[in-house]
Amino acid sequence: MSAHSHISNSVAEPFFDQRKPARSVTLARPATHSFRQVSATPKVKLEDVSLSYRTESGARLLALDGINLQVRAGEFLCIVGPSGCGKSTLLHLIAALQRPTSGTIAIDNATVTTPGTDRILIFQEHGLFPWLTLAENVEFGMKMKGLSRAEREEKTRHYLRLVHLSQFANGRPHQLSGGMRQRVALARALATEPDVLLMDEPFAALDAQTRDMLHDELEKIWAETGRTIIFVTHNVREAVRLGDRVALMTFRPGRIKKEFLVDLPRPRHLEEVEVARTAHEILDSLRDEINKSLASEYAAEYPAGGSHGQR
Amino acid sequence: MANANNTAVCGESGVVTQTSAKPSISESPRPASRIRKATLRKISYQVIFYSALLGLWALLAKLRIWPPYLFPAPWTVADALWAGLKDHSFLIAIGVTMKRMLIGYSLSVVIGMILGIGIAGNRFLEETVGPLIVSLQSLPSICWVPLAILWFGLTEKAILFVVLMGCILSVTIAMEDGRRQMPRIYTMAGRNLGASGFRLFWYVMLPASLPYIVSGLKQGWAFGWRSLIQAEMIFLTLGLGQQLMMGRDLNDMNTVIAVMLLIIALGYLVNRFVFRTMERTLQTRWGLSPTV
Repeated sequence: MSAHSHISNSVAEPFFDQRKPARSVTLARPATHSFRQVSATPKVKLEDVSLSYRTESGARLLALDGINLQVRAGEFLCIVGPSGCGKSTLLHLIAALQRPTSGTIAIDNATVTTPGTDRILIFQEHGLFPWLTLAENVEFGMKMKGLSRAEREEKTRHYLRLVHLSQFANGRPHQLSGGMRQRVALARALATEPDVLLMDEPFAALDAQTRDMLHDELEKIWAETGRTIIFVTHNVREAVRLGDRVALMTFRPGRIKKEFLVDLPRPRHLEEVEVARTAHEILDSLRDEINKSLASEYAAEYPAGGSHGQR
Repeated sequence: MANANNTAVCGESGVVTQTSAKPSISESPRPASRIRKATLRKISYQVIFYSALLGLWALLAKLRIWPPYLFPAPWTVADALWAGLKDHSFLIAIGVTMKRMLIGYSLSVVIGMILGIGIAGNRFLEETVGPLIVSLQSLPSICWVPLAILWFGLTEKAILFVVLMGCILSVTIAMEDGRRQMPRIYTMAGRNLGASGFRLFWYVMLPASLPYIVSGLKQGWAFGWRSLIQAEMIFLTLGLGQQLMMGRDLNDMNTVIAVMLLIIALGYLVNRFVFRTMERTLQTRWGLSPTV
């Protein structure tokens, strides 16, 4: 089955564009701030970013198709989409761990071509180096940056305290729970003082309680440090819980289907009615894409009919 | 070993293996008394077995089924061992052999790692040099001796060359495998945090691949060690191999067996104190389950 054949263009909404406002749904409160009113140079700017690669059978697969995205400084953007839609790949492109087939990615209007400590990626799990202690893990990026030992030690202490793990500084990653490991990963990322934090489903492997707690902590740290965050998740509620804006991605090829402004007061909570209601609205748009993703995964065994595939 | 806090790191990257959310540093899974008991049992088994072996040897020697110059008694071998140690000839031989081994092995580790990384990272090398390395491994390293003698003469260089050919293939193959099995996430994380080039190799790729290459390093040592002793027996330039051949030439079975015991003992000690320690350290640092 060709990857393109069952994707009809009518599914995809226009991408976010400054001149042509996207069909954003403003929720709960009138929008007091909007990305459209803020400074002309966005922190992160993706222009027509596409990525295609050859699969093992030799077919060309278009993973990402003409992604246009702008993130302003200090914004918390969440990207949601079904599994396999290329959300993680998008983060890898921004981190320059992978190069796009076409299009440009710019930070502060400067095109990025190599990985840099101005954009730190936090992986879903196992991103910590098991051969280093927690303190050494946190120090790693600073060491690569060439900071002096004294400076590194001071910052390591500071960031481990920020994530409440000071007493485990000399422990090793395998001795920690999943939630603690992700907090160390957060500390390690923050320690290099990046402009942009790229988070790739960082809480997906955690239990619900730990995740709630980390949502609170992340929101607090974000408020304190003012970093720009691009957070990828397949969990719509999580996206609404955290994001100023939620971008919805389509399944193969990955496009930005729609964007939603989430203008709920902070701090938010996962169980709030408003969060649930907003999530529900987004989920309605997402359902088609999830169906497509499932159909591709289950192939022939997927029930015929329903709303997947062509419309 | 059912320890819920041990997380397997060695599997495919991204496999969810975390089984516990216990918010504290995990304790040692086994109580000290049980470890002591197991060690005690192991030692008593070993004492019984080796005393029996020694007793059998002594008995056979005492019975004089074979003449003593062909089948010496344990005590005459012990005398030869003691004599060799006392007049320093064995010590010198051990020194010379270990020095050659260390130089040859270090060279092979460095070159083998570079080769292995190269092969794993480059499609062309993978498809050309890769099979060559594997097929070369079927060549016993002693086969390099004639070539080495013609190239370098009866010199130290020739011996080192044979040792190098003995270990380098194992190290290369191990490194290549390690580079491939190593979870890619570590390289990505390293690059993301600003490491590149040599620093990426030194600070990320090398430590990340260690659990996968330690057995290859061990095998490389064992192959190199054999090649060295074999080469020394042919070259006759000091070393343990030469002592062994000298024992043969003098028809001195006591010395022959004494040197053989020395070679075994050295091999054991290196394995026990270098490689076992390395494996243990890796296990505790990475949280891999210990193999007792």
